Amino acid sequence: MEWLGYFNYWVVVALMMIGFYGVIARGNMVKKLMGLGIFQTSVFILFISAGKIIGGSTPILREGVTVYSNPLPHVLILTAIVVGVATVAMGLALAIRIREAYGTIEDDHIAMQEAAEDGRQSESAR
Amino acid sequence: MTIVELSPFSMLVPLIASPLCALLPGRLWPWLLTFAAAVASAVIAAITLPAAMDGTLSYAFGDWRPPIGIEYRIDAANAFVALLVSAVAAVILPWAKTSVDREVPERQGPFYALFLLALAGLMGITLTGDAFNVFVFLEISSLATYALIAHGQDRRALLAAFRYLIMGTVGATFLLIGIGFLYMMTGTLNMADLAQRLPELRDTATVRVALAFIVVGMGLKLALLPLHLWLPNAYTYAPSFISVFLAATATKVALYVLLRFTFTVFAPDYSFVALPLAVVLMALAVAGMVVGSWVAIYQSNIKRMLAYSSVAQVGYMVLGVSLVSVTGLTAALLHVFNHALMKAALFMALGTIAYQVGSVRIEAFRGLGKSMPWTLTAFALAGVSLIGLPPTAGFISKWYLISAAVEAGHAWLVALIVITSMMALIYIWRVVEAAWFQRPAEDAPAVSEAPLRLLLPVWVLVAANFYFGIDTRLNVGAATAAAEALMSGIPGGTP
Repeated sequence: MEWLGYFNYWVVVALMMIGFYGVIARGNMVKKLMGLGIFQTSVFILFISAGKIIGGSTPILREGVTVYSNPLPHVLILTAIVVGVATVAMGLALAIRIREAYGTIEDDHIAMQEAAEDGRQSESAR
Repeated sequence: MTIVELSPFSMLVPLIASPLCALLPGRLWPWLLTFAAAVASAVIAAITLPAAMDGTLSYAFGDWRPPIGIEYRIDAANAFVALLVSAVAAVILPWAKTSVDREVPERQGPFYALFLLALAGLMGITLTGDAFNVFVFLEISSLATYALIAHGQDRRALLAAFRYLIMGTVGATFLLIGIGFLYMMTGTLNMADLAQRLPELRDTATVRVALAFIVVGMGLKLALLPLHLWLPNAYTYAPSFISVFLAATATKVALYVLLRFTFTVFAPDYSFVALPLAVVLMALAVAGMVVGSWVAIYQSNIKRMLAYSSVAQVGYMVLGVSLVSVTGLTAALLHVFNHALMKAALFMALGTIAYQVGSVRIEAFRGLGKSMPWTLTAFALAGVSLIGLPPTAGFISKWYLISAAVEAGHAWLVALIVITSMMALIYIWRVVEAAWFQRPAEDAPAVSEAPLRLLLPVWVLVAANFYFGIDTRLNVGAATAAAEALMSGIPGGTP
């Protein structure tokens, strides 16, 4: 049962792989962004797991508390979450603009449109 | 105010100017503020460089002493890259005014604000001595860059920006994972402190995995061959000005981060021993040189051709790193500097042609040598530097790279460097041939020479290419000092 001690790290690895799979395997841009979100969240959990001590308290000086959790990873992750929010917002904004420009956010549909356009261009050049 | 107190302002000035710039109306004021901020940043970086070469500068933010507080730690290597980034920004902005007016006619306030944010991010990455700060600044500059690329006129710019966003975020998150592992093992984020604490832990799997994550993450950001897929489209469809800026700075800063982590944080005798990094980097660099040059030859869009050429040039830089010697590192850093000069000149000449002709496809170049002689001559001369013929800056970096390869006992690399330079000759020659030896198409509209306000900055950079090929005191001197600082493995020289 030793592996249970690393339970949160197993969760991190599982989430990381799920998220990464979503980013790589899905053609829909919103699904790609969801995968990216899961991928980033797994890293947040990784950091927070490192800072937590079982039985540790919040890092505020109080009577009768001697064990504190490390607050620094939480603070770092607060920054990383803000960065993640900005990235997803930026990605969604781009997805909206792509939808306006192409009428779809599926990678393979866009690739077909691009191929058709390239064909027309090389014909007109000839 | 001492130089140490002044040094963080090369990052702070653009950062503070950015929100102000977003509020300014019209076309002139945002540009003026951006230009002033970039020049100020470059001047401060120029003052910092000589001081940093004498001894490491350390600035503690908020007077919190490192390693508890956040520190800016500036040695010869950072100061060199920081000066390069801010100077390129200051030099290309006078050219940008006309080009941006054409390509991004509306809402220039936010556009220039994003540019300043990207500049501030890149400066922050180079100057900081805190590992987590590197991640935050990397994301600041990347997010601004995605938005800037999306400003391109072609709708494919949106697609390029989206793909870059996905790959760039994965790269940055890999870096974050690596930094997380290092923090778990050492309990510190200060790079100098990390370097002191890591030797005890060097045989743990966690530290090796951290190194692997950081190398792969930065490989994505610097477009090392199998991870380069975002680069060609991003450079091709971005507005001309942004292509110039990114080609000259963004991948170089990523290379600097890779160097900082492999050489300072994990000393070179660890990074290149714990993992077979030297072999892997050399193989990928060689593949990048050959494949990048090969694909560039077949491009009909010249902007795309230069983008693939950038993949090849990143190969040269990484090759210098993979030799793990002072000469190799000098060659890599020298090429960082010289490649910024030549690629900026090439992309600017190309942007000038796009401004006059409205196309950057090879068909549009037919007969341009007669109608736009000055622009095309500048392009050809910058191309000579890219190929690496004397007396240009490109020759100097190839020379150092070849001597580093010989010194390391890899004579076959010399042949490879010469062959890939010949391939550069082929793709530059295609443009020259179309411009001077082909007749313009029958229905081609008449074009005239570009206005002086576009030509002059291009020629300034072309002249710089020749100047730094002849008088090499500044670039070789600074690159050697930076390489020695990195090779010594001590964080920023003696503390």
